[in-house]
Amino acid sequence: MTQMQTPPDVVATPEAAREPVIEMRDISITFGAVRALDGVSVRLFPGEVHALMGENGAGKSTLIKALTGVYSIDSGVITISGERHEFHSPAASQEAGISTVYQEVNLVPNLTVAENMLLGREPRRLGAINVREMNRRARRTLLHLGIDVDPRSVLDEHPIAVQQLVAIARAVDVEAKVLILDEPTSSLDADEVEKLFTVMRRLRDEGVAIVFVSHFLDQIYEIADRMTILRNGRLVEERLVSETSQLELVRLMIGRELEVLDRLDRAAPQTDAEEGTPLLTAVGLGRKNTLEATDLTLYEGEVVGIAGLLGSGRTELARLLFGADTADTGELTFRSERRKLRSPRHAIDRKIAFSSEDRKAEGVVGDLTVADNMLLALQASRGWLRPIPQATRTQLVDDYIQALDIRPADPQALMRNLSGGNQQKVLLARWLITQPEILILDEPTRGIDIGAKAQIQAKVAELAAQGMSVVFISAELEEVLRLSDRLVVMRDRRKIDERVNDDVSVRDVLETIAGEARAEEAPHD
Amino acid sequence: MSTATVSPASTWDRVRTFTPPGRYLPLIATLALFIGLFGVGGMRYDGLSDPQVLISLLIDNAFLIVLGVGMTFVILTGGIDLSVGSVVALSTMIAAKTLQMGWSPYLSIAAVLLTGTVLGLLMGLLIHYFDIQPFIATLAGLFLARGLTYLISVESISINDPTFTSLAFKTVYLGDYYVRWTAIIALATVAVAAFVLARTRFGRTVYAIGGNESSAMLMGLRVAFTKVGVYVISGFCAALAGLLFALYILSGNSLHAIGMELDAIAAVVIGGTLLTGGRGYVVGSLLGVLVLGIIKTLISFDGTLSSYWIRIITGVLLLAFVVVQRFATRRRS
Repeated sequence: MTQMQTPPDVVATPEAAREPVIEMRDISITFGAVRALDGVSVRLFPGEVHALMGENGAGKSTLIKALTGVYSIDSGVITISGERHEFHSPAASQEAGISTVYQEVNLVPNLTVAENMLLGREPRRLGAINVREMNRRARRTLLHLGIDVDPRSVLDEHPIAVQQLVAIARAVDVEAKVLILDEPTSSLDADEVEKLFTVMRRLRDEGVAIVFVSHFLDQIYEIADRMTILRNGRLVEERLVSETSQLELVRLMIGRELEVLDRLDRAAPQTDAEEGTPLLTAVGLGRKNTLEATDLTLYEGEVVGIAGLLGSGRTELARLLFGADTADTGELTFRSERRKLRSPRHAIDRKIAFSSEDRKAEGVVGDLTVADNMLLALQASRGWLRPIPQATRTQLVDDYIQALDIRPADPQALMRNLSGGNQQKVLLARWLITQPEILILDEPTRGIDIGAKAQIQAKVAELAAQGMSVVFISAELEEVLRLSDRLVVMRDRRKIDERVNDDVSVRDVLETIAGEARAEEAPHD
Repeated sequence: MSTATVSPASTWDRVRTFTPPGRYLPLIATLALFIGLFGVGGMRYDGLSDPQVLISLLIDNAFLIVLGVGMTFVILTGGIDLSVGSVVALSTMIAAKTLQMGWSPYLSIAAVLLTGTVLGLLMGLLIHYFDIQPFIATLAGLFLARGLTYLISVESISINDPTFTSLAFKTVYLGDYYVRWTAIIALATVAVAAFVLARTRFGRTVYAIGGNESSAMLMGLRVAFTKVGVYVISGFCAALAGLLFALYILSGNSLHAIGMELDAIAAVVIGGTLLTGGRGYVVGSLLGVLVLGIIKTLISFDGTLSSYWIRIITGVLLLAFVVVQRFATRRRS
């Protein structure tokens, strides 16, 4: 259903008159037997924000890595300003004017802001780095981008958001023609995203072509002009953002009809489990410099959502509940037994499972197979002297691969070759196999695509319906609200509100958080 | 800038509220420790407060200072070089043997430096291109170099070459005090290394690799060149330290410098360099060597304590510094 519309502002310049700064044609990349990219073409125009859309495993990261010289392409052509290029190293791509900012800040924490911006191209005098000139140049670039940071300060003194901006400042200092932003917003809060967008708009207006990858559709619609949609390593379509509805976009991305999204809406069965047996009661649980004393009760068959901004203490609470950090104050009661949790092992013995927000560092073992990754927790709780019989292993792994729709459905696939969403499902399976009574999920859907997200959410709802108690933590308020029966709101390392989720809206929660802020600021006035 | 808007404070206020940047704290701690030890020693024992004692510290530990410089480069990248003690022994042996064979002393020096550098290069290539852990690769280097030393001669060979002996005993007078060439070479090495680390792209890349190697690579820095480079530097420094040691002891012996790599590592760590890489200064390593040296001097001045106390105190200090660093870095993150 393509309706003809008057072209919006962004394409006011007739397309024929505009040369793409970069054109990638028929790019293919194969890893072993897996075809990661299959004849994909993308055009980037100067002065445009170009969103790269697709589920996890669609080929976005591979495409970006082809452009930045991390991967070599098997076939296809990359032209920059009409000239053919082949990149075999990140340095070659950077020389051609392509700069990249990755999801994880790829800077060095131990050097200053200015050094991080100019490493490898520091101004020199008589062979020595001219520190004064370097700081001056860094300050000028930061000022130009409207970033308020002292270039002489050490990078790790700053929050992630600022580091992210410094990474962008580094990227544009080379007078990049193309700036690639690979999920730069996944760990930023709303204010910080706005700051980032301001910088992006400024660069766009200066004629930089920006490639933007984000899982937040709202952000795409706010900032992007054009988008290329990928699916399973293939090009689906290039579209103007203003001519594509969100629904249509999702359809193009997942390539199925919208049944998944329907499922999403039905995810929360809204059980009233408040009356049930309390599985775990925390009274005054806290830790110095980490979390103020917090009370929390978990009931059977209930999803407790924890809402709060980054750094509000939501992860810290989860880690205390699991014993990953030791609490200084307060006590925990399991059913009726009072216990201190000194290590995750104690928690696992009490049938608590915790899936960390840091999938890469605290979850995935990349060099092991999917099957091994799934069975890790079960094997650990049985002890190494009691191996799991081969038949049980196969059965369990096959069951969960099917139940969670893990792809590729190959138990022997190496974990690191899976997409983020599928890795997350394997981690979920790892804990489900141990049949926990309490399941703590910290950001289980971060950085994964809508399809996998829906499947994980549906599974969570299903588990709660079967009597499991789930603690669900996510930066995405909509998701928390959709899933949870009860809602805990956190801010500044303490619990500020707890309520039954009877159609609480995102706005309500935001106001709770903001209201607290206002009350706090008032006396300072 | 915020400093411009601050109302002018009195000098005292500025002194009182002055807090040095966190990254200099370990360095300052080591300096304070050294001054403290020197002060205490000066009060307890006559003659220790003589500046000549300080200069003698430099002379007696010249080889260890040079060794510490090379080790600092390696540790800053997050690596380790266990081979340096053996390379020192090998260097003394090559020098002694070639001189005995009648080589020109300059040719002999060149042969020593070349051997150390090539060994460092080989280990660096192994570590970077075959992705072998520095610990293992340099442990192999340790055995190899020690073995080569025995291969050349199992017996001690003394050095009688006039150029060497004159270099070893020649003193430079600074007023009432004297210093030997070995100490001057050691200090010059420290100065050059400090400049390279602070003010060259190579030096900053060393820090960047220690901070985050994959970031350094994605930033387009010359990671391979630099990583191999630090082992080349360490190999060269070990050979140079070997020459200084040969001048100090005037013999080549396969039993020289056993365990000296550990002294070098201890000095670097006490000097405030983080074993995980990315933080530290070569001046700190100089101070670390001096702290170890002054402990030795204090114990010999005391006369009643056995020499194994040197080891015990070194161990305690090392532990204390690692713990302090742990706290310092935890506070940051």
